[in-house]
Amino acid sequence: MLNRSRLVAILIAALCAFGASLDAVSVSRAQPGGQQSQPPQAPAPRATGAAPIVKPQSQLGPFSPAGPPPSQSPFFTENVPPLIVLDPAHGGTDSGAHSSSGINESDIVLEYARLMRVALEAEGLRVILTREGDQNPSFDDRAALANASRRAIFVSLHVSTTGTPGTVRAYSLPALPAPQSFPVPALNLPPPVAQPNPHPGLRDWNHAQEPYLDLSRKLAELVQVQLSQRFRGSPDTPTAVAIRQLRTIAAPAIAVEVSSVSVPNRGQLEDMSSPLAQAVAKAVADFLSAYTGASPGASQ
Amino acid sequence: MKMTFGWRRWLVAASILAVLVVIGIFMFFGLRQRVSRLGQEERNAEQSERAVPRAAITTPTDQTIQAHMFWLSATTHDTLEPVDIELPLSADPAIRAKQLIQALITQVPDPARRTLPADASLLQLYLMPDGTAVADFSDALATETPSGILSEQLAVNSIVNTLAANVASIRRLKILIHGQETQTLAGHVDLTGFFTVSAPLSAPAGLPILPTNPTRLPPTTPGGVTILKHESAPPTPPASGVSAPKPAQPAPKNR
Repeated sequence: MLNRSRLVAILIAALCAFGASLDAVSVSRAQPGGQQSQPPQAPAPRATGAAPIVKPQSQLGPFSPAGPPPSQSPFFTENVPPLIVLDPAHGGTDSGAHSSSGINESDIVLEYARLMRVALEAEGLRVILTREGDQNPSFDDRAALANASRRAIFVSLHVSTTGTPGTVRAYSLPALPAPQSFPVPALNLPPPVAQPNPHPGLRDWNHAQEPYLDLSRKLAELVQVQLSQRFRGSPDTPTAVAIRQLRTIAAPAIAVEVSSVSVPNRGQLEDMSSPLAQAVAKAVADFLSAYTGASPGASQ
Repeated sequence: MKMTFGWRRWLVAASILAVLVVIGIFMFFGLRQRVSRLGQEERNAEQSERAVPRAAITTPTDQTIQAHMFWLSATTHDTLEPVDIELPLSADPAIRAKQLIQALITQVPDPARRTLPADASLLQLYLMPDGTAVADFSDALATETPSGILSEQLAVNSIVNTLAANVASIRRLKILIHGQETQTLAGHVDLTGFFTVSAPLSAPAGLPILPTNPTRLPPTTPGGVTILKHESAPPTPPASGVSAPKPAQPAPKNR
């Protein structure tokens, strides 16, 4: 009798668990879209000496980024080998741009990143990928990989839905608006004043890219020069766009987008992978030697 | 006897399990139907909301003038191109902005030149005294804009450039999706800040000057074109070592 009641209890528990899983399925189906975050990877321990980044747990309100100016930042002063963080965008349930012929952006950019890693390692650089397979880390999980390093360069890889097929564009965030260009309130209100940083020496996670805007633009320029030489029809200069992924990166950060998934066959995009990898590797090597005075392989 | 009791016990357990599985299957399909019904109800609610703003927006001060609209270029879909069309536009800047955005969606000269999804609609637009426009779009703007940096950038630029060319009092734009601030438009372009709407150097011919704020910003871009910039909110002074804002390439040329 005891065994039987125990058995019934187990069955009821199993039914409850089954019902709970059904509820979870229905909730996830009811909220389509949005980035599906995988369980966060264990963040790499932050090296000592780097300006810490505050990831606000609550809305503290934005404040001016603090920390050393870029020219004195660890990126220039630390004698550590640079780390190139390659970010194949999307992944997992988010396939990104996709075509009717079955081309998925998330698959293509992963192939690009793998080949680019080989090209960058051939330049003597350390490389990590924000995802190695079909996962979809959140924006912040991807940023954390770069922000945990004292000397990172972040390159996010994308394939667009539109644009002239065979062209490639490099992007960085736009420069900040000059304070005086901010509209003056018409109702005799005082002009907006930037709040002092309540945590001196720390940077706001949400504005982590701000001190690196100039460096990012320079990196994008070098990359775009290489791209325009290899991919006919690509613009000569990079474009400044507010890209969410780049905003929280405390390092020189750019995005590279290939046009497009609308090509008739996947082979056309795959053929671009080698020159794309070479272009980015060459530009990153040029960037490191031009703006940090160190050749990539020297610090190994 | 013991064996018989054991078999009976397992038979009872298996029967209960089978019943539970059957119940579970029914529940699963019931939930699926419920989820799809909920989705349909949401779509219907959005469509009914859309029906109101889709009706032509008219005011007594409407005056038919040539408006500068920005759609994809007829030759290359990598850039925007200005197109002049005749539009009845209100003297009220907020209503005029609504009319322009609605025209961007509904009066595209060629479907291939579309920048905003056909199903998207402007639910509401608020214009604040400091020149900040808050445009609240339906979900379709986020779900049906083609994913990609270029396509999302072109979508935002077509709104920003059209407002800049036709409504002098708008200084910056905030885009909401169904009343909510969202991280991105379709996975890439950041919607958490404001987009700078710079007025052209000269208004298009025949475009009356609207009532504006007492303070006009100095034009920051050469050639009367608009540069899409994204501002943090609220703005912070540039960090030391960061160069001053620099004009990039003209927006209509490469956006």
